Amino acid sequence: MIGFVAWRLLQAIPLLIGVSLIGFGLMQLAPGGPLAVYTLNPTIQVQDIERIKVIFGLDQPVYVQYVKWASGLFSGNWGYTFFGGRPVLDVILERVPATLLLMGSALSVAIVLGLSIGVLGAVKRYSVFDVLATTGALFALSFPTFWFGLMAIFVFAIQLRWLPSGGMWELGDEGNILALLEHLVLPTLVLALVITATWSRYSRSAFLEVMQQDFMRTARAKGVPPAARLLRHAFPNAAKPLIALLGVELPFLFSGALVTETIFGWPGMGRLFVDALNMKEYPVLMGMMMFTAIFVVLGNLLADIAIAAIDPRVRLR
Amino acid sequence: MAEPLLKVSGLEVHFPIRSAFLRRRVGTVRAVDGVDLEVARGETLALVGESGCGKTTTGKAILRLIDSTAGSIRFGGEEIAHHGTSALAPFRRRMQIVFQDPYASLNPRMTVGGILAAPFDIHRIGHAGDRAERISTLLRTVGLPADAARRYPHEFSGGQRQRIGIARALALEPELIIGDEPVSALDVSIQAQVINLMKRLQAERGLAYILISHNLAVVSHVADRVAVMYLGRVVETAPREQLFFHARHPYTQALLSAVPEPVPGRSRSRQVLQGDVPSPAKPPSGCHFHPRCPIAQPRCAEETPRSRIIAPNHAVACHMVSA
Amino acid sequence: MSATAALPESQGGRVWARFRRHRLALAGAFVVALLMASALFAPAFAPQDPTLLDTALRFRPPFAEWAHPLGTDELGRDTLSRLLYGGRVSLTVGLVAMVTTVATGALIGITAGFLGGWIDMLLMRFVDTMLCFPQVFLLLVVAAFVPPTLLSISLIIGLSSWMEVSRIVRAEILHLKEQDFVAAARALGASRRRIMFRELLPNAAAPILVAATLKVASAVLMESYISYLGYGVQPPLASWGNMLTNAQGYFDTVPWLAILPGAAITLTVMGFNFLGDGLRDALDPRLRMDP
Repeated sequence: MIGFVAWRLLQAIPLLIGVSLIGFGLMQLAPGGPLAVYTLNPTIQVQDIERIKVIFGLDQPVYVQYVKWASGLFSGNWGYTFFGGRPVLDVILERVPATLLLMGSALSVAIVLGLSIGVLGAVKRYSVFDVLATTGALFALSFPTFWFGLMAIFVFAIQLRWLPSGGMWELGDEGNILALLEHLVLPTLVLALVITATWSRYSRSAFLEVMQQDFMRTARAKGVPPAARLLRHAFPNAAKPLIALLGVELPFLFSGALVTETIFGWPGMGRLFVDALNMKEYPVLMGMMMFTAIFVVLGNLLADIAIAAIDPRVRLR
Repeated sequence: MAEPLLKVSGLEVHFPIRSAFLRRRVGTVRAVDGVDLEVARGETLALVGESGCGKTTTGKAILRLIDSTAGSIRFGGEEIAHHGTSALAPFRRRMQIVFQDPYASLNPRMTVGGILAAPFDIHRIGHAGDRAERISTLLRTVGLPADAARRYPHEFSGGQRQRIGIARALALEPELIIGDEPVSALDVSIQAQVINLMKRLQAERGLAYILISHNLAVVSHVADRVAVMYLGRVVETAPREQLFFHARHPYTQALLSAVPEPVPGRSRSRQVLQGDVPSPAKPPSGCHFHPRCPIAQPRCAEETPRSRIIAPNHAVACHMVSA
Repeated sequence: MSATAALPESQGGRVWARFRRHRLALAGAFVVALLMASALFAPAFAPQDPTLLDTALRFRPPFAEWAHPLGTDELGRDTLSRLLYGGRVSLTVGLVAMVTTVATGALIGITAGFLGGWIDMLLMRFVDTMLCFPQVFLLLVVAAFVPPTLLSISLIIGLSSWMEVSRIVRAEILHLKEQDFVAAARALGASRRRIMFRELLPNAAAPILVAATLKVASAVLMESYISYLGYGVQPPLASWGNMLTNAQGYFDTVPWLAILPGAAITLTVMGFNFLGDGLRDALDPRLRMDP
């Protein structure tokens, strides 16, 4: 097992390097380079720009810049914001908890709901419930998250006034857990919609595949009650592709979070991203690209390790 | 005696077995482990043996569809074992192949006309105008109607598809066609039709065939000479009558005794071999057959028997057989 | 030998029969056809020029007057016209993006699948790396850097989502290249290029078609999102996305300004998704996931 973990860690390294290369490449794409913001300011003169270049190390060849930037990534120096000169990593980390809260609750809701629907559909295949569920899932998948969010705000916040229409706290009321939960409900449900749909489809097909295997029939012949059959026999086997799905879905989760946060004014990374975009805060943008990508790599790594923990065959390879 | 059309010596095709971790080489599959054979112009050599003995791999290696790891392949006097793609181009026209599976050997998304036009397109023979003419000639040759060109392979039966495959192989007017179990996947009655077609073509065009088959009944109808393979090696080669009535290698004898439809005139005494066929990744030392051989001696485990001529045109690789 | 044996039902016929049984797929096909028609014939259906301003008639609700069946927006522009013309824009971007996605993904997938070896490894590692970035993040960053013409928007959307297509195509090619007809082509001396594009590619058409349909849906979605944020289609050119940009502010007074474009997007995405799902079931029952 340790060997497997080490091997997977080793495999993750080229991925991280690749990610950093692409991130760096993207940065170079910015029109006017990373200095665009400064060139827009009329009071800054050419000599100043040259000096800024040296300060930022931009006068050096590209690969040197890359090495410096990449080693900065490793050591936690992710650069400084253009406006205000704050360390980018701090700025990002400030927002991470809010996003993780949102993503976490949405994922929990989606997994619980999606699994239940999917499993129920698999167990009672072709029943009315199943047909409705699968059709419903397809519908739900097609809903643009941001429009669903707008509609949810419209119905629940504006028309019905049951829930707040945005933000994480009410002004002056920070720390009130109840208020937090109130604010969390709508964004969570909106973000969870598409993920639930995907999960219900995947868990249905994963369970169907497992349930048709011979060992399930043996369990039934042995008289194992249905609930136990599901939990102890079917579930661990179906879990494998589902855990893999978790890893794969991670980028989508981030994308969805960005969208949801924008609609609901949720002060997380997604909002930060859009704000940074509008202000042309390239260091922050790049920092977030890298953060999410690294998060995804690590997430997939954990998923693979979890799968190996469950399924000994994977470890033998 | 003139140089044979095809002369294969010491052909070896070894596949490395790699571990998943770092892809280290942990073993070798010796699919073809020292094969000698010859085919003269216009003759049919049958290559027989059980599944897994390496006969298909030999056929593909001869055609250079897979690379051999050692040995020589001389076609028309020229060594082609190490030719690159461009050097091989003229040889593609001179030797062709007909595959076993009539369902997988034709591109399902191409019309029969497209499939048959491909050889001409690839080698830039003729021009767009006379394609239709060439295609209908080919179809006529194999007994299919000209309008077949507009249809797709799935619209035809297995036997008809094999005919299309044969037509494709004929397009470039090759001198040698390798048939890799060309009739094994067909109904018995259709088998006869296809075999007869192949014989007719051979008579008309002076084609040489290498017929790879595990079906000795079919072989007994068409082969001029037969080569028997076991675990990557040729153990006996002889003209047809000689092989069927006077086989000398213990493996060949056992094989023949197991044929359900007896070759007429031959007395049957069933020889049952002990044990299973070993894996080509771990072949026995010396003579590959020795663990299962009823007449094996200690020498057989130590020394690989060389193929020796024991009668006119009859070669056997066995220490225990003398002229 | 008699003439060609009795024909089994043609492959196209079988596919169509399976497709027909799928009600949702038919509905999807219908919706897609409707959308394409309305986009194509927008000038015929639109009551007026979508850029025509009439500040006297701002914020008219739907069904309030004949001239503006779906109401007007904050500048007095006719909503129906903007929806129709916006649909043109959104669908065009969606289709061009899809073509980009499919072309890029198929090319990379075929190359990796067929050539194998280190090329395959390199390409697939590249795909893995690209997949680590959330699509929306990637898209927005590049959209911010690039001048937002319709073509550039379509291209960057297309270039941000080809990765799944390349995996699908590669998987199909890996399966196909073991088949005898490929060996036959090699035996004939076919060049690698010929094998990739004349032998393999047509056989990979089914999954590519399914992916293409689904990708139109996701491209329309992406366009709407980046336009909503202001980084996509620029006003005054209307797209469903940018129609929503200002609509959020007017939610409590004139909600239809947000509801209508969003509904249009949802309908489009659903239509293509259902169509794609139906195509997948019809073309390859092996991949079925639903009853």
